[in-house]
Amino acid sequence: MKFVDEFRDPEVITRTSEEIRRLADPKRHYRIMEVCGGHTHAIYRFGLKDLLPSNIELIHGPGCPVCVLPMGRIDDGLSIAKQPNVIFAAFGDMMRVPGTQGSPLEHKARGMDVRIVYSPSDALKLAQTNPDKHVMFFAIGFETTAPSTALTLLRAGTQGIHNFSVFCNHVTIIPAIRAILDSPDMRIDAFIGPGHVSTVIGCRPYEWIAKNENKPVAVSGFEPLDILQSIVMVLRQLKADEAKIENQYKRVVPWEGNHAALRAMADVFELRPYFEWRGLGFISQSALRIRESYAEWDAEQRFHIPGVRVTDPKAAQCGEVLKGVLKPHQCKLFGKECTPEHPVGALMVSSEGSCAAYFNYEHRKMAMVTSIASVV
Amino acid sequence: MCLAIPGQVVELFPDQPHAALIDVVGVRRKVDLGLLLDNLPVKGDWVLIHVGFAMSKISEEDALDQMRTLRMLGEAEAAMQEVQGYGLDNAENTKAS
Repeated sequence: MKFVDEFRDPEVITRTSEEIRRLADPKRHYRIMEVCGGHTHAIYRFGLKDLLPSNIELIHGPGCPVCVLPMGRIDDGLSIAKQPNVIFAAFGDMMRVPGTQGSPLEHKARGMDVRIVYSPSDALKLAQTNPDKHVMFFAIGFETTAPSTALTLLRAGTQGIHNFSVFCNHVTIIPAIRAILDSPDMRIDAFIGPGHVSTVIGCRPYEWIAKNENKPVAVSGFEPLDILQSIVMVLRQLKADEAKIENQYKRVVPWEGNHAALRAMADVFELRPYFEWRGLGFISQSALRIRESYAEWDAEQRFHIPGVRVTDPKAAQCGEVLKGVLKPHQCKLFGKECTPEHPVGALMVSSEGSCAAYFNYEHRKMAMVTSIASVV
Repeated sequence: MCLAIPGQVVELFPDQPHAALIDVVGVRRKVDLGLLLDNLPVKGDWVLIHVGFAMSKISEEDALDQMRTLRMLGEAEAAMQEVQGYGLDNAENTKAS
């Protein structure tokens, strides 16, 4: 049990936890999905499960960008970087994600020019300072990150920087939620909506979930109290047999989203007819590609891409864990072959991946309890 | 990677309308304002930064809350590393830090 007094406002946390217990019908089992990987991390880090009654089950959603990226796309990106005079630039999160021949970091150890950047605009700067090289930025992320890539591409165009391209792996959250709701083995009662994605897209894009699917959604912040308050919001709706979109994170998320960001995305990107998601398979209109007018900066048009499809290691059950059908520790490789130090699947790489979060907080806690028990 | 970092606008550049110098707990870096074109911040305003771009304006109170959230999540160090990493070859950056 997490000590409540570790929280910033322990009394409010206790009251909110009690409110959740009052609202939850003991005869009912609730499955609430937190869509965003940041929420998954917070839930494990703060041990929020301990503050909920046992009939509330939190299902970890697909909102961890590196986790849903198929291994074939990593191989494709690395194949471009194997060509002479190419610099592979990516966020730190990507560096340890395994491809079939190893991660970008392992390729760097074998001599590939791999650079960590903290911003897509720094990848563009890298191109300016290395005019005799080509810089390929491996872009990942949902709508939180896609506008920054879009602006970087617009700047590459206006500044006439030609030794730069983007390997675009940006995905969109709404089609993934739709795929989850369409999946026959998934039964979700309500959603905790992503916080920072919603600063860009706003709350309107979720309205169909309430209207057509009759499921409550609460767009949530990342503090423990935010997440608990969002659970209260959806439980209140379920109790009143309502379904609407509520914005718990009003202090950051405008209902209408960020128009400048949406415009930048629309200028540069268009929807792909379909895109493969790890664990969820092919989802139509679920990812972005670079428009023809920016083809010069599109790594997929500029270079030959093998487009290999790679199946995940047979024993790894990333797909089932991603869909919430299995809990992380129920995968055969969890904590044995697959650990944060030696990840087999992508869910173990990112701190937002449910396997890494489970391993870092739950599994280590259990291991400690077991070793103390054996000493006693 | 979806966590946003709070910072305060300390300088605007008349010749670069898309850029601002932002202070994040004493570390100063240039960030891009292109996503706030409809509602540009002024000196003293607080913003949330994601991958080198200011993505929304927030109140000072919310900025302090957000920093506390990052600390509570054990992400403060990674956030500072990210901010320090912005601007590979930016002369202002080396000066400011």
